[in-house]
Amino acid sequence: MSRTLLKINGQSHTIDVEPDCPLLYVLRDSLALNNPRFGCGLGQCGACTVLIDNRAVRSCTLPVSAASGKEIVTLEGLATEGNPHPVQKAFIQEQAFQCGYCLNGWVLTAKALLDKNPHPSDEEMRSAFQNLICRCGSHVRIFAAVRHAADEAKRSA
Amino acid sequence: MAIKNVLSRREFVKDTGGLLIGFSLADSAVLPRILAAAVEANPAPSPNRLEAWLRIDRDGNVHVFTGKAEIGMGVETGFTQIVAEELDVPFSRVFIAMGDTSSTADQGGVGGSTSIALGSKPLRNASATARTLLVRLAAKNLGASADELQVREGVVSVKADPSRKISYAELAASGDLDDTLKVSGEGFALNVEGLGKPKDPSSYTVVGQPIPRVDLEPKILGKWRYVTDVRVPGMLHGRVVRPAGVGATLMGVDDSAAKKVPGYVQTVTKGNFVGVVAENEWAAIRAAKTLRVNWSAPEQAFPEQKDLYQHMRSVTPKATKETMKKGEAAGVLASAAKKFQASYEVPFQSHATMGPGCAVADIHTDGVSTIWSGGQKPHALQKGFAELLHVPLEKVRVIWVEDAGSYGRPGFEDTAADAVLLSQAVGKPVRVQWSRADMTAWGTKGPAVVYDLAAAIDEHGEITALDFTSRAFSGGEIMFVPATADNYLGSQLTGIPNRSGVDEFAQWGVQAPAYVFANIHAVSHVLSGFYDSASPLRSTHLRDPEGPQTSFAVESFMDELAAATGADPIEFRLRYLDNARAKAVLTAAAEKAGWERRSSPKPNKGSGDIVIGRGVGLSTRGGTYVGTIAEVEVNRRSGAVRVTRFVCAHDCGLIINPEALRGTIAANLIQSMSRGMKEEVTFDRSNVTSVDWASYPIARAQDIPAQVDIVLINHSELPSSGAGEPSSRATAAAIANAIFDATGVRVRQTPLTPARVKAALSVAKA
Repeated sequence: MSRTLLKINGQSHTIDVEPDCPLLYVLRDSLALNNPRFGCGLGQCGACTVLIDNRAVRSCTLPVSAASGKEIVTLEGLATEGNPHPVQKAFIQEQAFQCGYCLNGWVLTAKALLDKNPHPSDEEMRSAFQNLICRCGSHVRIFAAVRHAADEAKRSA
Repeated sequence: MAIKNVLSRREFVKDTGGLLIGFSLADSAVLPRILAAAVEANPAPSPNRLEAWLRIDRDGNVHVFTGKAEIGMGVETGFTQIVAEELDVPFSRVFIAMGDTSSTADQGGVGGSTSIALGSKPLRNASATARTLLVRLAAKNLGASADELQVREGVVSVKADPSRKISYAELAASGDLDDTLKVSGEGFALNVEGLGKPKDPSSYTVVGQPIPRVDLEPKILGKWRYVTDVRVPGMLHGRVVRPAGVGATLMGVDDSAAKKVPGYVQTVTKGNFVGVVAENEWAAIRAAKTLRVNWSAPEQAFPEQKDLYQHMRSVTPKATKETMKKGEAAGVLASAAKKFQASYEVPFQSHATMGPGCAVADIHTDGVSTIWSGGQKPHALQKGFAELLHVPLEKVRVIWVEDAGSYGRPGFEDTAADAVLLSQAVGKPVRVQWSRADMTAWGTKGPAVVYDLAAAIDEHGEITALDFTSRAFSGGEIMFVPATADNYLGSQLTGIPNRSGVDEFAQWGVQAPAYVFANIHAVSHVLSGFYDSASPLRSTHLRDPEGPQTSFAVESFMDELAAATGADPIEFRLRYLDNARAKAVLTAAAEKAGWERRSSPKPNKGSGDIVIGRGVGLSTRGGTYVGTIAEVEVNRRSGAVRVTRFVCAHDCGLIINPEALRGTIAANLIQSMSRGMKEEVTFDRSNVTSVDWASYPIARAQDIPAQVDIVLINHSELPSSGAGEPSSRATAAAIANAIFDATGVRVRQTPLTPARVKAALSVAKA
């Protein structure tokens, strides 16, 4: 066990944890941050996604020691109180999911994509999402939500 | 006593036999089921009491109790609309509690696309009765007759003088509202009727509206709780270790290394069931990995995968059913001017749920046990776990909490049984999280099926006879109602043999449209599973059991017959349909798609690598009708197929929420496209070798069509029928038919992978 400093959603936490423990279990079990979800434990599906320094990262395969000191944002930290992130608003507007178990990965990956590339082409969007799984098949509405968010940003720019 | 005011302002209070627990409204949709203490179990409330279904609190909030569950298609929102409509209360005042065996009636759980079609009936009738009782009470209170009153937003007033009014909240606080309901049916068909008659659908103002789903906003904002998020005091974490292959028996476990993992608690073995329990998840994962388990050599129970369909055609069936005999199909076929026959093959598929299965169990064999599970049928699980634990039913409480989309009986039931076994062994609450391989390899499967069809064509190109034969592994090899101890993988591994399975057939006219021919003979066979118990290739319900399989065969065959007779595929189908609604969805889809009337294949394909085509499929299921058109691009060099557009016309009677329905259909089209184009469980002689998303690929972002057009046909004069499964059915056939249209080549085996399409193309070329 070693003491690890984690900066999550703007707050600092010092946690006693095995350094090789994947970040996912620390977030879920030590900090009760539920939105990074276990989907495969293999980095294949994206349900466990978090933003680290605003890049979408799979927390199920990332040792907690590698995340120490970096800015970690989970879905819980995306909205400010009473004010959903524009990407969340777009996903709500488009009613983009079925069960929603995977949505953590899609919403955070969309946020990271649009921060980097505010007006992605269809191909750029598909490519950014190619390594995410949605078992229900909600893709059509997910894409609509990302376009919606991009258009909204253009309008308000 | 019917409507009680047990609930306080802006708080959801759970009344569990005198035990009141309060929650803030922000979490009301989920927290009651999660936090309710595991100290008390009540038998399911008797459905003949109105309060079993519905209660109104002092603030006029309506709390509804149903044995149904949300599996991601928006049924909670639909129920909310139905209740708000009948009671004339604002949508935002209605709260649905689902699937807790202590507080909801046994409605058979979720299945068969029946939650709205059947499951909403008692809610509608109970609401109508509650409205009638409230109006009567108001009449007494306001000194007017019931006819003189109106209800708006939960307030009863005198029509002629609306200033004379009283709210539901005041009425609920003022007195008892007694009613006994007449109960009929059970399971999915459980219904109640009381004094109140439901409204005429023509007067609906809430039902039929595109109201946003109640769950999606909190989910997207990160405020939802799934079963994975259940934490109870003193909870430990468990992982299971499955056998080295089918039939392998446990020879011994060396847990000396596991014991050194910090947080390790206990290794549990019972028969061939092996699990490990630790204080936290990471310790459980590490301990499970370090367990050295010695298994006997597994059985070579499965054929080589390449021989699967040959095996299925050559074995003696376990059961056979002649499902239709009309006229003299055999004789007509024997003397036909032209006979056409074709065979189709569909593989085992995995539910491969997004979350691999998670459950928490707190077992007290001398007291009350509580199990939190996302399985679709909580009341069945309650029965099964009572049997497994040898305790009376009332000593087991199953609390349904939403898990990832389950799409049948995926293994969430088995995960819960694992948690029961581990908690029982360690005497503490245990949370079990399955690994990806636990789900994909060892979860239940949708059955493989092979079909042989033949048709007689007369000199005018009319179909005069049809012969249909299916050979399927049973859709009930593992009973889809998980209500017995032998049902679960964990209990089978402990040595309880699977005895509750049933024969479920892939049938003409049931899982595919019932086209009308003068002579039809249809026979369905069920084949024995490869291994009696604890097999990773055990089959059960996967979304629309045998529907996508049978519809792939029948809808492909109809397309082949249309091509063989030079007919347009839609016109050809219309000729052999006698159902106006089935015809209407085909016509509506054709119109939306701009369908060109002609036979397949498409003329003038050109000489490039990429060719395009269109195909159609019809689905009929339990009163729902779906016409699906797929447009595809096929790369003739690589065999790669890309669906560029779906058009889907959908008629499920009265539509409760068109936007939620569109979302479900759109997702259903993509999931069924994935199953038709990508999904096939792989196996060797002893094991399933599909273990993760790399070895069980499904559709991803780059596979998604650019355009999906959905045409909803609303029949408000008809009852609602199901929408969860019907649009799964015709997709694979529509795509295969489009491939034929584009290339002139027929692919009769799913999934329609590039390798299969390429092989069919090269056979045709040779």
